Amino acid sequence: MTAQTRIVKGFDLALARRDFAILGREVHGKPLVYLDNAASAQKPRPVIDAMAHFATSEYANVHRGVHFLSAVATGRYEAARETVRRFLHAAHADEIVFTKGGTEAINLVAYSFLEPRIQQGDEIVLTVMEHHSNIVPWHFLRERRGATFKWIDVSDDGALDLEELALAIGPRTRLVAVAHMSNVLGTVNPLKEIVRLAHARGVPVLADGCQGAVHETIDVRDLDIDFYALTGHKLYGPTGIGALYGKRALLKSMRPFNGGGEMIREVTRAEISYADPPARFEAGTPPIIEAVGLAAAISYLDGLDHEGLRAHEQALLEHARKELGALNWVRIIGDAPGKGPILSFEAEGMHAHDVATILDREGVAVRAGHHCAQPLMERFGVASTTRLSFGLYNTHEEVDRAVAALHKARKILG
Amino acid sequence: MDDSLRELYQEVILDHSRHPRRFGALAGATHVGEGHNPLCGDKVKVYLDVGQDGRISDVRFEGRGCAISQASASLMSEMVAGRTVGEAEKLMDGFLHLVKGEGGSELNDEDREQLEVMGGVSAFPMRVKCATLAWHTMKSALEGGTSARTE
Repeated sequence: MTAQTRIVKGFDLALARRDFAILGREVHGKPLVYLDNAASAQKPRPVIDAMAHFATSEYANVHRGVHFLSAVATGRYEAARETVRRFLHAAHADEIVFTKGGTEAINLVAYSFLEPRIQQGDEIVLTVMEHHSNIVPWHFLRERRGATFKWIDVSDDGALDLEELALAIGPRTRLVAVAHMSNVLGTVNPLKEIVRLAHARGVPVLADGCQGAVHETIDVRDLDIDFYALTGHKLYGPTGIGALYGKRALLKSMRPFNGGGEMIREVTRAEISYADPPARFEAGTPPIIEAVGLAAAISYLDGLDHEGLRAHEQALLEHARKELGALNWVRIIGDAPGKGPILSFEAEGMHAHDVATILDREGVAVRAGHHCAQPLMERFGVASTTRLSFGLYNTHEEVDRAVAALHKARKILG
Repeated sequence: MDDSLRELYQEVILDHSRHPRRFGALAGATHVGEGHNPLCGDKVKVYLDVGQDGRISDVRFEGRGCAISQASASLMSEMVAGRTVGEAEKLMDGFLHLVKGEGGSELNDEDREQLEVMGGVSAFPMRVKCATLAWHTMKSALEGGTSARTE
């Protein structure tokens, strides 16, 4: 039995790979090895089929018409919301707001929740491992409202410094914004502990779950977290859809985000009143087909053996770490205990873009650059890194092909 | 090895990137430009000393980047020194055409021969911006701007 066909605790890799037709294609005459999953994951057949079926035979606008298809489409859209609720273990479906992605979800919290509550000199606690999507919306509040930042550092292995975090939260802290999982280091942050520390001082917490939602089980009630943002396309779902979980009382207290149809209660010439959440935050026609696709992706993941899948992805990470760790010209960046299946590295004398170009010619797709995490690059003293990020369909042979391609890069550039 | 890779990373390119010519700051430069590729975070700074006669008497560059961007900056600095601003801009036009696979017929034989080592970039559309960063930076410096970006 080869690794290609092996079954880890009920997770059947060969069977899962058959759901991703794109894995059968070639790139530059070589079989594709897709190791850029943290940027975006490929889409399984059931997701594509669900969207095609919905568009083919059930589509109409939602919440509007009295006609048959409008009712069917509304049912599907709201069922998708329920699927996301279940996925996050939220108490109520109205705590799930559909957005166009993780970025919009965080911008929504910045605009609708935090901006009216923040004054000159108030603080937002951030970590240096944040993606720009969890930095730039707060910079807007720095520019517009005079908010200040407290940056929490990581240790050399990429673990968050919780002591520093605890000390950083003070009387003027208005929010802690933290990645659930780093898109560069793979570090998984202890959300429950972070929430406990923040709530002890009355400070709400937002988690950027764009990576975390893919690999971790999330129970927003157990975490007691205030906001959790996720995106569909990294979760094997379509682009153009994401979700924001927010506690019901918080969402109810927030001003609208965009203005338009769907988000009002009543509009007169003189004034308006707003709909309750989640409609209040979903102005205009939402990404309906994409919501159906996101629900299909979550259902698809639900159908896989979670423990087996996790063990498989961890085995891939371990294999890559062992292979790259053995090379004295490679420096792995991020080695925190319990990290997710993301491996960034710097190769001596080789720029990440040159490495990625040579890997690409071998059919191996990786990400090279600053990964939209420039404060983190600065922390580790690098301009860019090469990143392998694993998905459910990757194999040990693919890791070997990436490593062989890296040796080739060394031969050309070293 | 893949022919297009061999073409891209030929020895001259690697030599320029490992041992960049005219690397460093230039005190008393008349024109300075900073270039930035926001996609990869690469940065380059180009210093030019342009005399009253419109001739570029000295060129230097500083920065960090991939082999392509470093080699291109090195080659550019070597080649534009001693030319007039007009000649340097004409050389740039030819270079841009060359790396985009659009010919570069305006180059004279000698320039073409020297720049042709960068021609392999045309087979890698995602890397053209790496090759052009230093040149755009030079242009913005000559035009009196301070920053250029490629993305």
